[in-house]
Amino acid sequence: MQQLLNGLFIGSIYALFAIGFTLVFGILDRLNLAHPAVFAASAFVGIELVEQAGLSIWVTLPLVFVLGAALGLIIERLGFRPLKNRADAHFAGLISSIAIAGMVIALLQWRYGPNTRRFPVDTFPSSRYEVLGAQVTLLQIVILLVSLALVVGLTWLVGKSRLGRAMRAIAENPGAARVLGINVDRVTATTFAISSALGAVAGVLFAMNVNSAQLGMGSAIELKGLAVIIVGGMGSLPGALVGGLLLGLAEVFAIQYIGSSWRDLIAFGLLFVILLLRPQGLFGGRKVREV
Amino acid sequence: MRTKIGTIALASAATLVLASCAGGDGGGGTSANLAGEGSGDSCVIEDAVPVGAALSLTGAAASYGESQQRGLQLAKKELDEKEGVTYDLTIEDDQTDPRQGITVFEQLVEDGASVIIGPTLSNTAFQAQPIAQEESVPVLAVSNTADGITEQGDFIFRDSLTESQVIPQTVQQAKETYGLERVIVMYSNDDAFTESGYDVFASSLEEEGVEVIDTLTFSKSDTDFRSLLTEAKNANPDAIVVSALIEAAIPLVTQARQLGIEAPIIGGNGFNNPQLMADAGEAAEGVVVGAAWNSSSDNPQNADFLKAYEAEYDAQPDQFAAQAYTGLMLIDQAVREGCSGEREDIKAGLGSIENAPTVLGELSINENRDAEHPAVVQVVENGTFTVLD
Repeated sequence: MQQLLNGLFIGSIYALFAIGFTLVFGILDRLNLAHPAVFAASAFVGIELVEQAGLSIWVTLPLVFVLGAALGLIIERLGFRPLKNRADAHFAGLISSIAIAGMVIALLQWRYGPNTRRFPVDTFPSSRYEVLGAQVTLLQIVILLVSLALVVGLTWLVGKSRLGRAMRAIAENPGAARVLGINVDRVTATTFAISSALGAVAGVLFAMNVNSAQLGMGSAIELKGLAVIIVGGMGSLPGALVGGLLLGLAEVFAIQYIGSSWRDLIAFGLLFVILLLRPQGLFGGRKVREV
Repeated sequence: MRTKIGTIALASAATLVLASCAGGDGGGGTSANLAGEGSGDSCVIEDAVPVGAALSLTGAAASYGESQQRGLQLAKKELDEKEGVTYDLTIEDDQTDPRQGITVFEQLVEDGASVIIGPTLSNTAFQAQPIAQEESVPVLAVSNTADGITEQGDFIFRDSLTESQVIPQTVQQAKETYGLERVIVMYSNDDAFTESGYDVFASSLEEEGVEVIDTLTFSKSDTDFRSLLTEAKNANPDAIVVSALIEAAIPLVTQARQLGIEAPIIGGNGFNNPQLMADAGEAAEGVVVGAAWNSSSDNPQNADFLKAYEAEYDAQPDQFAAQAYTGLMLIDQAVREGCSGEREDIKAGLGSIENAPTVLGELSINENRDAEHPAVVQVVENGTFTVLD
């Protein structure tokens, strides 16, 4: 039971990271590799806000959300918009986002140094509960609930709202969308802002959950996030959630039944098998465009 | 093709020029007047004895390096107040990178250092120290704990106890105190330091007749240990034995307590850092760590050191500071022994240290150039390391 919950909680972190990632990747079809840098930046800034400015975590989280959104706008403005009319815009954006990630990490290192940092011990109420004989912290429950709420909220946003329709139209055909009176730049920028804001919140929650924030924390989770998106199905928000939980569970049960040294091999092997059996991912349709 | 050859020729010419420039600078240190008169406390050496130190001031080991820097600077300050011999201490950053460690060592040797302290981590030490050995510059390692450091050559000394000196005492003491019968062992298997720590743990546990229920491995970059710890918890061990660096130790200990594991956690040298209590808070209570330095020892050297360190930095020293401080003090003793700051004489002086009263206790350098002094087993109680008995 404890292992099941462990898997769910690790998985919900992967999902939280992947949901922001897939919003841009799956819907706008842009791979934003600066996302992991936002993840790390928000954790460090969040720690500074709590530690130096003495803010409560409940004030810090919205601030970090805003910071993430601002970073998202900057990334879009610098890394993607200037390149959008090039024939290889997707690839160029990918490279320029790597460059931005490098710069963000370098700035972080300059500001905070290379050391691992942590939230002060009593930042988050350290309440513990016993659920069916397993230990659960309040923070883990919050993370799981936040992930679920985000999936539901964003699915609605993308599927039903005006903004969501605009996003999908742009993904389908930016030229046609523009002709139809959609402000392509603004919608794209908004999508980046939402995506990065989610990444930022995920970063803070992650750093609190494991009691550790490192400069490389984003890149450590980046590949898993990508795997989760692809297994879940490109651009599918529920897919990102289920994919994340699945990866978390696979890792945990690999440890339990096979051995800790085999964890990544088993977990990624399983993902590989899923892709062989269902190349479009668990929740991906066979259509060219989904969502 | 012709242009290529031309370029190569030009490049090699440039290298030659550079090399000869460097050669010109080399040996500059030896022109100083380092031979003194008198001996021991009455020894007077005209010029300052150049001492180099390669410490990890940035990168993963920066928290250790910073302590060492403070320890060295405090020792230098105190030595400067003594009559007769002064030291010119140069501290360079190896960035926790073996390649940078090599560069720093080359530079220190080049600049004429009479003796080199460091580097901070054992894996850097294996790369960098041979450079000093080749040039016959004595090295005093003040934090390396891996086996084989001093086997690299007859110029390599150390004042830090090895894992294989400290861990058996830790296991023995912990077994006595907690009546250990069955334990879980966890270690990160992608790091030379933690792996060698694991090897010593495994053999000491076997020697003491403690059963290892299971051995769990993780990666040094891991931060979520909950699933491993759940495995450990389900086995209901008497203790969890961990070989990990401080970066992993803090989240591991925090999460273990979150999962309701109350068994003692026995750590290797990586746990021996006050950061553990600062960052893991209450979760660190009950962590057992073997150490080379007993912070609560009341020998006069230690009492003075604690007072001076606190006055200077307004902080508590850790073992790395104590060992670095001791390092420079031992070098002073070696220099005064032969009353000379020359490389060969310092080497002879270091080799002859026996029962020297130091912050670490009575310290001798054995025939393998390793330090011998009592270790101490500590447990975290009320946020500080106290002696386990």
